[in-house]
Amino acid sequence: MESFFSRYRNALVLIAVLLAQVIGLAVQVRRPDPNGTDKGGVRLIRSWVVGLVAPPERVLHGTGKGLRGMWTNYVDLIHVRQQDKDLKAELDRLRLQEDSLAEDARQAQRLQVLLGFREKYIYKTVAAQVIGTSGTEQSQVLLIDKGSRDGIKPDMPVITPDGIVGKTRDVFRHTSQILEISDATSGAGVILEKTRIRGVLRGDTWGQPEMVNVSPDDRIQRGEAVLTSGGDAIYPRGLAVGTVDRVVPDPEGTLVNVLIRPSANLSRLEEVLVITNTGEEMPQEMQQELTDAQQKASDVLAERLPSRVDPNAPPDQQQTTEDDSAEEGAARPVKPPAALHPDRYTPSDTPPATELVPGQKITNDQSHEPAPDSGVDHPAKAPTSTPRGQPGTAAKPASGTPANPASKPPTGTTAKPKPKPAPKENEPSQGQPQQSQPPATNPAPAQPTQPTSPQGGA
Amino acid sequence: MVLMASSRREAGVKSFPLVIYIVVPLLALGLQSLLSLHFSRFDLIDLPLLVTIYYAITQREPVSGTLVGMLIGIAQDALTHHALGIFGISKAVIGYMAASLGVRVDTENHGTRLLLTFGFTLAQTAILWLLQRHMLGQPLAWHGVHELIRAVVNSVVAVVLFAMLDLTRRMEY
Repeated sequence: MESFFSRYRNALVLIAVLLAQVIGLAVQVRRPDPNGTDKGGVRLIRSWVVGLVAPPERVLHGTGKGLRGMWTNYVDLIHVRQQDKDLKAELDRLRLQEDSLAEDARQAQRLQVLLGFREKYIYKTVAAQVIGTSGTEQSQVLLIDKGSRDGIKPDMPVITPDGIVGKTRDVFRHTSQILEISDATSGAGVILEKTRIRGVLRGDTWGQPEMVNVSPDDRIQRGEAVLTSGGDAIYPRGLAVGTVDRVVPDPEGTLVNVLIRPSANLSRLEEVLVITNTGEEMPQEMQQELTDAQQKASDVLAERLPSRVDPNAPPDQQQTTEDDSAEEGAARPVKPPAALHPDRYTPSDTPPATELVPGQKITNDQSHEPAPDSGVDHPAKAPTSTPRGQPGTAAKPASGTPANPASKPPTGTTAKPKPKPAPKENEPSQGQPQQSQPPATNPAPAQPTQPTSPQGGA
Repeated sequence: MVLMASSRREAGVKSFPLVIYIVVPLLALGLQSLLSLHFSRFDLIDLPLLVTIYYAITQREPVSGTLVGMLIGIAQDALTHHALGIFGISKAVIGYMAASLGVRVDTENHGTRLLLTFGFTLAQTAILWLLQRHMLGQPLAWHGVHELIRAVVNSVVAVVLFAMLDLTRRMEY
């Protein structure tokens, strides 16, 4: 017996080692953790190995980053000015774009509330450095320098500004493993942006993400954007995944697989964001950003609108009043061109509302010669002459409620007078902000503004 | 036969300081993990496999080759998301085979090392494919040309790496 063991010692050791590992494999595969992570001794072994490998990697990564930082921050600054200029222009363009998107987002949110749709918003992210990989082609796994101490848990989505990267798998105290979307065992719910075809994303044997088991559809075109669908309960809906690369037939059936070119550069990742908290309500910060975006966009628009003195405008559109020079460069409404054949509807020939008498018909002479005394003690009078005698359109006073009740429009008219008293001199009208009133130097507050706004209002 | 071990020097067993036994595998694992991050094609090279082969063919002891291969393989498994044991099994077999062959062939010859590494790289790929595809049922395709390229690259790197590791050993007769 002793001679048998001594004679076949090597082979027996090999068999014992293989048998032990096969049994270990079977146990791990047979009893996987419901959370997708390892438990017990397997987790301990992983923790030890990662604990041994990660610190040197962190040091090497930090050293390399420092050297690159010295180069990029102190040496390679040749095109910074031009880049700054380009980025500012890009920022202005994006602000305008954000303005329109903000309104769409609000509308979408209202509709989602009406439909009872549960949207996930990103509340909090943790930035992390990628310090290593699995080192093999069979396992598309990354190692980051943030762990449970930083609030990271298994199955948290990991993204970059370009698109999704994957999800966290095993989380240790100071490090975490990320399973990339290009791995064959990963999975994510995705949707094609235009055709709205849904599918499951996973990596193929070459490490390229693909939508598997998709019904053949001629509408699927190369370059179409792919987004997360939110159906996997891990990735928030609407995140960029990539673009369609090509469609290949599924080798195991009549369906097709759609190969995806990922938006995030999975082979050159340095920094990623781990989404640690999501919610169903739009966070306050995002709401504030939407509001700010609209304000900033209006500022950008105001800067881009033509100023009052436009060198390219014809002479009759140039502002000539003296107070124009005080606000040089500000956005102002453009004055309409002078009418070739003025009549009583010509804006510049309409008398002020304070000089109109209810029921009195306006003639051309009257409209051309305003009343000499536009006293402020007179109550505001609504214009009585309406085009072709239509009662409703003329009943809207220029400011305040007409003193004469007879000037009220008949019931059923489209325009209704506002139930506001006529404002007194230097007193802002109720419910209106102070800045909407004429400046203090103007002694006639009840006098309506120049009727250029219908045509020239910005 | 050129490849056979014929002299006393060629048959001598090489040993290493204990620290080398620990540091070199860890360095191989760390470099493999780090360089694959910055050079996407670096994952063609399997530094832990090369270290396993080197220790096995220089020790010429199948038991130690098996154990070293198993430990390095399990450590490599720990960096992936696979179950522990896939690389452990494959590298244990490679360690056993390399140590068994190391007794019979001249492992000092660069040509021998090149051929051995070429063969063991293909053998490891075959074992991995069998394990993952047929034992664990995981999707894994066999890309013949790709595996040949990988074997050639690993063989070339092995010649350089083995020459560097030769500097750390001490000869025992």
